[in-house]
Amino acid sequence: MEHRIGVFVCHCGTNIAGVVDVKRVAEELAKYPGVAYSTDYLYMCSDPGQNLVKDAIKEHGLTGVVVSACSPTLHEATFRRAGAAADLNQYRVEMANIREHCSWVHRGDKEMATEKAIKIIKTMIEKVKQNEALEPISVPMTHRAMVVGAGIAGIQAALDIANAGHDVVLVEKEPSVGGHMAQLSETFPTLDCSQCILTPKMVEVSQHPRIKLLTYCEIDDVSGYVGNFKVRIKKKAAYVNRDVCNGCGLCIEKCPAKTASEFDEGLSERKAIYTPFAQAVPNQPVLDRDHCIYFESGKCGVCQKVCPVDAIDYEQKDEFLDEEVGAIIVATGFDLYPIVNIGEYGGGDIKDVVTSLQFERLLSASGPTGGVVRRPSDGEIPKEVVFLTCVGSRDPEGHMPYCSKVCCMYLTKHAMLYKHNEHDGQAYVFYMDVRTPGKDYEEFYQRAAEEDDVLYIRGKVSKLFEEDGKVMVWGVDTLTGQKVEIAADMVVLGLAMVPSATATELAKMLKIQMNQWGFYSEAHPKLRPVESLAPGFYLAGAAQGPKDIPEVVAQASAAASKVCALFAEKEYHREPIVAWIDEDECAGCRICISVCPYDAIEFDDEKEVARVQEAICEGCGARIAACPSATAQQRNLTDDQLYMMVSAALED
Amino acid sequence: MKIPYYPGCTLHERALDFDMASRECANALGVELEELPVWTCCGAVFPLTTDSVMDILAGVRNLAYASRMGDKVVTLCSFCYNVLKRSNKVIREDEEKREKANLFLKADTDERAEMESYLEQDYVGQVEVLHYIEMLRDVVGFDKVAKSLKTSLKGLRVAPYYGCMLLRPKKEMEFDDPERPTIFEDFLETLGCDVVDFPMKAECCGGFQIVRDEETAIACSQTVLSSAIKRDADLIITTCPLCLYNLDRKQKEMAKRVKGFTKIPVIYFTQLLGIALGIDEEHLDFSDNYVDPRPVLAGKKLV
Repeated sequence: MEHRIGVFVCHCGTNIAGVVDVKRVAEELAKYPGVAYSTDYLYMCSDPGQNLVKDAIKEHGLTGVVVSACSPTLHEATFRRAGAAADLNQYRVEMANIREHCSWVHRGDKEMATEKAIKIIKTMIEKVKQNEALEPISVPMTHRAMVVGAGIAGIQAALDIANAGHDVVLVEKEPSVGGHMAQLSETFPTLDCSQCILTPKMVEVSQHPRIKLLTYCEIDDVSGYVGNFKVRIKKKAAYVNRDVCNGCGLCIEKCPAKTASEFDEGLSERKAIYTPFAQAVPNQPVLDRDHCIYFESGKCGVCQKVCPVDAIDYEQKDEFLDEEVGAIIVATGFDLYPIVNIGEYGGGDIKDVVTSLQFERLLSASGPTGGVVRRPSDGEIPKEVVFLTCVGSRDPEGHMPYCSKVCCMYLTKHAMLYKHNEHDGQAYVFYMDVRTPGKDYEEFYQRAAEEDDVLYIRGKVSKLFEEDGKVMVWGVDTLTGQKVEIAADMVVLGLAMVPSATATELAKMLKIQMNQWGFYSEAHPKLRPVESLAPGFYLAGAAQGPKDIPEVVAQASAAASKVCALFAEKEYHREPIVAWIDEDECAGCRICISVCPYDAIEFDDEKEVARVQEAICEGCGARIAACPSATAQQRNLTDDQLYMMVSAALED
Repeated sequence: MKIPYYPGCTLHERALDFDMASRECANALGVELEELPVWTCCGAVFPLTTDSVMDILAGVRNLAYASRMGDKVVTLCSFCYNVLKRSNKVIREDEEKREKANLFLKADTDERAEMESYLEQDYVGQVEVLHYIEMLRDVVGFDKVAKSLKTSLKGLRVAPYYGCMLLRPKKEMEFDDPERPTIFEDFLETLGCDVVDFPMKAECCGGFQIVRDEETAIACSQTVLSSAIKRDADLIITTCPLCLYNLDRKQKEMAKRVKGFTKIPVIYFTQLLGIALGIDEEHLDFSDNYVDPRPVLAGKKLV
């Protein structure tokens, strides 16, 4: 085939043209074998620039295009579309990166930069010459999504997808949906009641005809790939037949065994058979066998005796369900950093030092004290309450280095609500910086400080200890340089947000990336914030990083819209730049199977050859490097092409 | 069982009682503390400068001596333990300083000439620095200590005082949680005492400030003592001669300053261990204490 390659050299304003002699580049390359057309333009990505490409393809009958401009991550898609519009197969359009790889790094040496730009473009010309005309790979897709975690993030994502007309499987490990938001009292900066805005959504997910709600369930195994996941779900034994139970609550009322309530953060007791809270969805109890007298001693059995519908089943076993879905949203939420790690604040041993979530329960109308702030040690109403920010956060030496983002705001809310309860009480907030970057947040903080007389002290607290029924607070005011000592009635710790305890295990199962602290990693920190790098997985909520409710909801809706966009096509289309194997040459050594990180290679036992599953292959190239007989090749990145590219680069 | 032992200067001068009690206890537990035949001052304070190896040479030299005798060295004084352990960490982790220190050690001559052979091999951090309490826990075992006890300390309310040097800096000392340490509590429970947990157990006693700013040092010590006294401790134990000096000896000044100040005996932890092991009182030597612990101990019929 005669090659007729077009070269389009972009100035990128002065980004490239300020360093590289673009005119000379275009002229030189016009002489290169196989180049039929070569030109330069101020902004190739602009509409006139793209038209230049389209027109040249038609006018000069181009068989390939090299756009010499910026990184392919920025504009490869742009120019592929332009090529396709002029009836040139999009995989015959390539980018030669003479900006990031050349002009930006060689300012001050125009001659050398120009030479280098020419070489870079020559390599891409050689590549394009051998590029096959490919078509995207089409894979059948299950138009059904799974959402893991039914806190506010998971609830929002599930509702959005379901309302867009797709079926959703919503999986929650706890007996009820709602997550941490259900525990909160009021929410900043508007002070609307958390339960009032959340519970209607909880009911909606449970009643939505397109949502299959699976509470008290965990992900056991995931296989397959985007569009075609197979998920095995463990339905944990609740010892209550959920098909029969009518939620009358008689079993809970009569159960004699008690233990600390997780929902109330240990500030009250629940029964061994329980729903986490009165507004739980579904409103069906589960039996916690670790605290059940029947499971301990074989005696009791009260719940079974009183149940009017015979729903109690002590013989119930864990069950496994298989679900097929096309996309998975992970919304597994957060935990508080363990208080036991904070020795200087008593490590959890000082009764009147409480966590922020415990204080939420004390403020909550549905909490153990009915919304009256009473201290845990003696039930007295505290008159001096100290709030500490950055407990375990922003502490690279001892704990977590990152900012937990929401503590400044919720502690301000805590202090404010406390003051609304106890007008003659004093609230102190020790802070490093008060961070209020949200709509109406700064005003909220000003209100706390000015109208509610919350005293903000800039400085850290070095030590908390009990003395004469008080919690002694040793701190410092770094604005005055004075030591501060407060005999407080109660201290509230704004503990760092850390990923939920189960997040790491799940990430390993799903093969999605995390950062070093266990938060799920997004595909791009700015431009792809709700997608995982692994195709088909989307992220929502605090599992991806500390965030407040509005941000969680926005992210959840964004993740849902990504899923809907995926489901907008009948089939899933993916890049055809993947590995392929010449079956006649393959010796069946299976080395490639052992190196593939995506399990994308299957072995044909009959023919004794390896075969690439194009739907799974990510085109990472590992198996091509590993193949001892060079039988495995990457489409449009063959050994021949690489050889020609290297030759062009090394040519004098 | 023999274990190399680095007493340090203070245990050969002011804290002879600590040295004697600790050796006696070790013997009773079947351990012979084998004092290094040659040793020097450890340097007393771990240097804050990081651009020189000179300041840690004293510590490294002692560790090199110890490396000829075994793979461990036991010490008692908090300062010695702090300096030796941190110097050892530098040698283990900083290649450049390791090389330089060894060049210095090879140049050692004069009165240590007889020790030339101590450098048959480079000192690369092969010795593990153990505090005596770690030796009791990890080498002897608290269970064996418990089995060797002759006298019950039941009913004796003891507050364990850690001070700073054993615990900090956390990542270098790796001794215990500096905010909420528990090793001495575990030890005291082994002895059968009533452990008095008090919030000031790891606060500073004032340390060397006693030399230039006595007021501050005494204020620090008094905070520590008052906290233990308030929680009805009968006595306080420590492992640092300087802490003991500030906490015990300075009670004389505190009594002058504070009306109604109640004195409390402060003794070394091995002196208490000695009592529990049934060692003769004269080998534990309480004569050097400003606040005599014997009346309290006699009250519990322990001496």
